[in-house]
Amino acid sequence: MSSRENWWYDEAAGPLVRPYAMVRGRTRPAGELHLITQVLAMPTVSDPSSLSVDHREILDRCARPTSVAELAAHLNVPLVVVKVLLSDLLQRGDIVVHNRPHADVPDRNLLQAVLDGVRGL
Amino acid sequence: MAFEDSDVPTAVKIVVAGGFGTGKTTLVGAVSEIPPLRTEELLTEAGTYVDDLAGIEGKETTTVALDFGRITINQRIVLYLFGTPGQNRFWFMWDELATGAIGAVVLVDTRRLDSSFPSIDFFERRNIPFLVAVNMFDDSYDYSIDELRSALDLDSRIPVVKCDARVRQSGKEVLVGLIQHAMSRLEPAAR
Ligand SMILES: Nc1nc2c(ncn2[C@@H]2O[C@H](COP(=O)(O)OP(=O)(O)OP(=O)(O)O)[C@@H](O)[C@H]2O)c(=O)[nH]1
Ligand SMILES: [Mg+2]
Repeated sequence: MSSRENWWYDEAAGPLVRPYAMVRGRTRPAGELHLITQVLAMPTVSDPSSLSVDHREILDRCARPTSVAELAAHLNVPLVVVKVLLSDLLQRGDIVVHNRPHADVPDRNLLQAVLDGVRGL
Repeated sequence: MAFEDSDVPTAVKIVVAGGFGTGKTTLVGAVSEIPPLRTEELLTEAGTYVDDLAGIEGKETTTVALDFGRITINQRIVLYLFGTPGQNRFWFMWDELATGAIGAVVLVDTRRLDSSFPSIDFFERRNIPFLVAVNMFDDSYDYSIDELRSALDLDSRIPVVKCDARVRQSGKEVLVGLIQHAMSRLEPAAR
């Protein structure tokens, strides 16, 4: 488990992000990662021993499709940090991500299905 | 090994907005299948996104929290509900939340109507479907829907409903109202 303490090591000086040995030198997230982007781990991971604890926790949680927002909440790190970790995993081919066309308004069929679902709650 | 699209659900979202303390988190919690979760955006001191961790050490940063919940609609669709941050000044975050959303619920507390004006303006200007849900706090005066509509200066097409954000059934009806409103704005279905 990662905890906030791993990330913020100087309360007085304001939040400081832990050096990124663990983000493999990558510092900018891939563009296709949004709050509700669904992330799914591949069944076999390329080289588990080269992954950090945080990467592995993401893979465990993404055995079933999980959103970027949920991953950030469970790992207790800011969104940009989880996006960077996910970008590593994307590059390694250890996850796939899935988005609706980001800016498109949901169409009638999708809205009808959501309406039926909410009514049935 | 490739995944079929059907292995991953389609994700949609609804924004829950409104002034400070109007019951946004309460409403999300009432309808969500999980206790509301909290994520944080990392912002620079100037109030823009930190979009690169390089050189972040030693820089002043701040965070803005988003509360959200989830409703599994069926095996293929999952709905997320995002409560907007209390501080209204981070409009760029609202833009991201609203992009591609089904629409928004704007919660209103009749004791402080004006606190929800900026939310209403935001969705009106961007022509995003929204519904106004009047959260009935115990000591609030029970105005009529017409009185509220005119006090809020709302277009007659914008639905206004009363709700109790703590009650699941009430929250559910609010969501149904919003989705129906969003559908009413689409082109008529081809027959
Ligand atoms: N009586 C009554 N109290 C409510 C209702 N909805 C929310 N509350 C209470 O009002 C307070 C504020 O509710 P929140 O859900 O935290 O409001 P919020 O809009 O998320 O607040 P911020 O995120 O701080 O802007 C809480 O103490 C709730 O328990 C309601 O329908 N009736
Ligand atoms: Mg809140």
